[in-house]
This record gives sequence, C-alpha cells and structure tokens, in this order.
Amino acid sequence: MSDLHSPSTAARQVTFRGGGFAPSSPRWIGVAVFVVLLSLAELGTRQGWISPLTLPRPSDVLLTFQELYASGLLWAHLSVSLTRLLVGAALGASLGVATGVLIGLFSYVRAGLVPLTAALFPIPKIALLPLFVIWFGIDEGSKYALIAFGTFTPTVVATYGAVDNVDRSLIRMGQSFNLSWFSIVRKIVLPGAMPGILSGLRISLAIAIILLVAAEMLGAEYGIGAYILEAGSLYDLERLFAGVTILSLLGITMSTIIGQIERRVLSWRQ
Amino acid sequence: MDIRLSGVSHSYDNFEVLRDISLEIPSGRIVCIVGPSGCGKSTLLRFLGGLEKPSRGEVLQIGAPPSDCLNPLTYIFQDFALLPWRSVRGNISLVLEDHGIRGARADGIIADVLARTKLSDFAKALPKQLSGGMKQRVAIARALAVNPAVMLMDEPLSALDSQTRELLMDDLVNLWTRTPFTAVYVTHNLAEAVRLGHSIVVMSRRPGEIREVVHLDKPLDQRQHGDPDLEEKQKYLWQLMREEARAADAELVHV
Ligand SMILES: Nc1ncnc2c1ncn2[C@@H]1O[C@H](COP(=O)(O)OP(=O)(O)OP(=O)(O)O)[C@@H](O)[C@H]1O
Ligand SMILES: [Mg+2]
Repeated sequence: MSDLHSPSTAARQVTFRGGGFAPSSPRWIGVAVFVVLLSLAELGTRQGWISPLTLPRPSDVLLTFQELYASGLLWAHLSVSLTRLLVGAALGASLGVATGVLIGLFSYVRAGLVPLTAALFPIPKIALLPLFVIWFGIDEGSKYALIAFGTFTPTVVATYGAVDNVDRSLIRMGQSFNLSWFSIVRKIVLPGAMPGILSGLRISLAIAIILLVAAEMLGAEYGIGAYILEAGSLYDLERLFAGVTILSLLGITMSTIIGQIERRVLSWRQ
Repeated sequence: MDIRLSGVSHSYDNFEVLRDISLEIPSGRIVCIVGPSGCGKSTLLRFLGGLEKPSRGEVLQIGAPPSDCLNPLTYIFQDFALLPWRSVRGNISLVLEDHGIRGARADGIIADVLARTKLSDFAKALPKQLSGGMKQRVAIARALAVNPAVMLMDEPLSALDSQTRELLMDDLVNLWTRTPFTAVYVTHNLAEAVRLGHSIVVMSRRPGEIREVVHLDKPLDQRQHGDPDLEEKQKYLWQLMREEARAADAELVHV
C-alpha cells in the first residue's frame, strides 16, 4: 500500500469502459449504405462483373420507374394498393388496439380471447384468402379482410402486453384520488401503454405490406403486387425491381410516420 | 373528521399480517406508525384509505369531511406516483378534472398549491426533469389540491437523501402549522417520527399488533433537529423496537 504514494509509481489513466450500448443513428449513415450498395451494383453491371441476368442495372430501374410515372400507371397501381393498405391496416389496427385493451382490463375477456389469439396468431393469413373470397367477395372486400386480419393479431398481442406493463402503482394512485374508471383508462392506462402499442404497430404495418402484396399477387388487375407478379412472370427484372423499390419506399415511409408519431406522443420518455 | 380502526385483523391466504389493531386518528393530528419491516404498516395504510379491505374488523370515518374537501382520504406515496407524460401542472390538474374543476378555477388551485410547496417556477416541467425531493413536493402539492381531510403517507421521504428529507420535514411542519391537517405517517425512520408525530404507534413484528402508543406534547414548530428531549424519545422508541427488529430480521433469514 505504501508504494501508492511513492513517486516511482507510474500514473496512468483509468481505462474507460463505459462506452457502447447506447446506439444513436446519424441519418447520413443509412443513406450512405444505400448509396454504396447501389453504386456497387451500377459499377458491377456496367463493367460486366455482375451479369445483367443476375441483377438489373440501377439506372435502368430508375428509367423504368420514370416510364411508369410518365405513363400514369404508377399512380394507378399505387392508389389502389395504398387504399387497400390504409383501409385494411386501419381496420385491423383499431380493432386490435380495442381488443387488446379489453383483454388487458377484463378478466373474462382475457380468459376467453387470449387462447383464441394464440390459436390465430401462427396461421399464415394468406392461406385463408380463399375463405375470405367466399366471405367477402373476390373484389376489394377479401383484400381488406386479409390485411385487417393480418394486422389484427400482432396488434392485439402487443397491446395487451403493453396494458399489462402499465405501472400498477399509477393505477392505484388514480383510484386513491377517486378518478372514474373511464378516466383511469384514458389518462393512465392508455398513455402508459402507448410505447408498447406503437412498437407493436411497427410490426403490424410491415405485416400489412407483406399481405397486401400477397393478396394482389393472387388476384388483382392493379396494385403493386400485380405489377410485380406480371414483371416476374415475364422475367422483366427492371420492372420487378422497380416494383420492389416501391414496396421498400412504402415501408420506409410507414416507419418514418410511426417514428414521427412516437417522437410527438412519447416525447416525455427521452 | 376522525378515523377509527376497530379490531382490524388481516391475513393473505394463511399468512397472518395484522392482528387486532384498534386505533383512533383524531382530527388535526399527525399519527406516525413505526415498526419492523414486513409488520403490515403499508397494509394498514391501504385499509385506512379504502384501497384494500381487512379480513376482520372495521375502518370507520367519524363525522363528515369538510364540504370543500374533494378527496377526504388522500395518499402520498413513497415512489411519488407521478404520471411521467404529464407536466407538474398536468399531474395536479389530473386530480381536479374528475371533479369538473377546469379553467380559471383549476388554475387558481394549482397556482396556490404550487406556491405552498415552492414549485411555482416548475409548473411546466416534466417529472423526469425534477429531483427526487421536488417530485415528492409535486406529490404533496397534488394531495393539497384536493383539500384532504386525512393525508395517508407511506414512507414519503425514504426515497430521498437525508438533507432533502430534513428540508421536506420542515416544509411539512410549515404546512401543518399554517393549516393543521390530519395525517397518518408510516415510516422506518424514528427521527422523522419524533419530528412530525403528535403520537407514535409502535408495532410489533408480523403479525403486527400495537405494542405501545407514545405521545409527544411539544408543538411541531418548536421541534428541532437534534433536540435533547426528542433524542430521548427516539432512544426510547428504539429500545421498544430493537427486539422486534432483530427477531423480524432473523425470521426473514429463516423463511
Ligand atoms: N398483496 C399481498 N399478498 C400477499 N402478501 C402480502 C401482500 N401485501 C403484503 N403482503 C405481505 O404482508 C406483510 C406485510 O406487508 P407490508 O407491506 O404491509 O409491510 P410493511 O410494514 O409496510 O413493510 P415495510 O416496512 O418493508 O414497508 C409482508 O410480509 C408482505 O410480504
Ligand atoms: Mg411498507
């Protein structure tokens, strides 16, 4: 111990080991990844070390995209797809949140619906499309139903989990101040469950996009899924990739919108 | 409004927690409850405010609460229980909204309770921006806003450091001196008990029974940190509790 104070002891900085585990995401990195990958593909296809049969040239995809836009077909496909997605997802998500909250609040609803949800969750919803066609018709109805059903189950599971996780001591506090049942649900349970509900919604909406494309591939004249299917069956890779790009953009847009909502609604968390 | 407990006993399943508690909480006085860990103090407080029902015995309100009283039995919790998504102001207006108090009337009440708890500058702050002591002052302000007849406090200061605790005890004494309120104050800390209590209920280890009720006659505003007579009382309380605490501690090890 005494040599602690002797001048001969070398002093050195305490090693820093508190870093990491706190990811932040500078925006430009995400963009840079896209740019690098696309440039590689462009360079490869131009120089010939990627054969045009394996991957279309990004600039050609862009051209196809422009043609699609100019012909007005882009909007024709996109508008039907967006309508299906919005109607289906809004239906499924709102029913899902409502059901999830009820499961979270009432014992009988929980006892009755949790096993049912567990039974429905793993069913690949696309397998039920023929059934939905019989029930809701070959047109839009069956597609709305498929997308709604697909978003419903994950939303229910996320929501009741989130309601279960609301701090009980806050609910006790509400009761101790004689707040009405309705006030407790609206002012304590729902805001407390909001982080979980929103992160569940992220997953539900991605599933909605997948189901949208699947439904459109199985029978639709217009829509991004139909467009991709047609391009695929003709081995028109440029158009196939143009379609896939639209889907990716759709996904990014959805996730950005939810991010914005989170930033606004959950500002108290940061 | 007084509160009377008569013959209150309680068991969780077959686990006896409280045994035959009879106690009177007179209006305008602070009753402190001390006792070893796990003896049922928090449970007793939940009975007093109607958050739980005892298996035997009665909890009675004697007399009507004052007419301007919005929530006669009001808690102040150990963990503050503030809504993190509402500002200081919003947390207080939460308990007024359900009584139809909004707008100018709510603003008046909120401004008053914030001034009384020295929080006027923080009305817009979110709970995460406040220190522990300030959070508990917000909780006190929220309780004052509903004009309680009885305040039920479960270790309100034990999450705070000792300096903040001293300051908040002074605040509570000042609040009480200005307008005496009735309070039941559960604590582990004997110094808090002798500083704030008009009477101090000492409980035995689980199953909790009342071992002794100690009365302190010195007015609250004349009590100081480190008063010799208070120290004396504190020592006496500690004597009472020592055996119980040791036994309770040993019990936990053997469970
Ligand atoms: N809801 C419950 N179900 C079962 N047992 C419980 C429940 N609440 C409390 N207990 C038990 O009752 C006993 C008394 O609990 P209580 O919280 O009232 O003690 P306490 O005196 O407040 O203790 P502390 O000083 O540690 O806060 C404890 O042994 C606890 O485990
Ligand atoms: Mg306790």
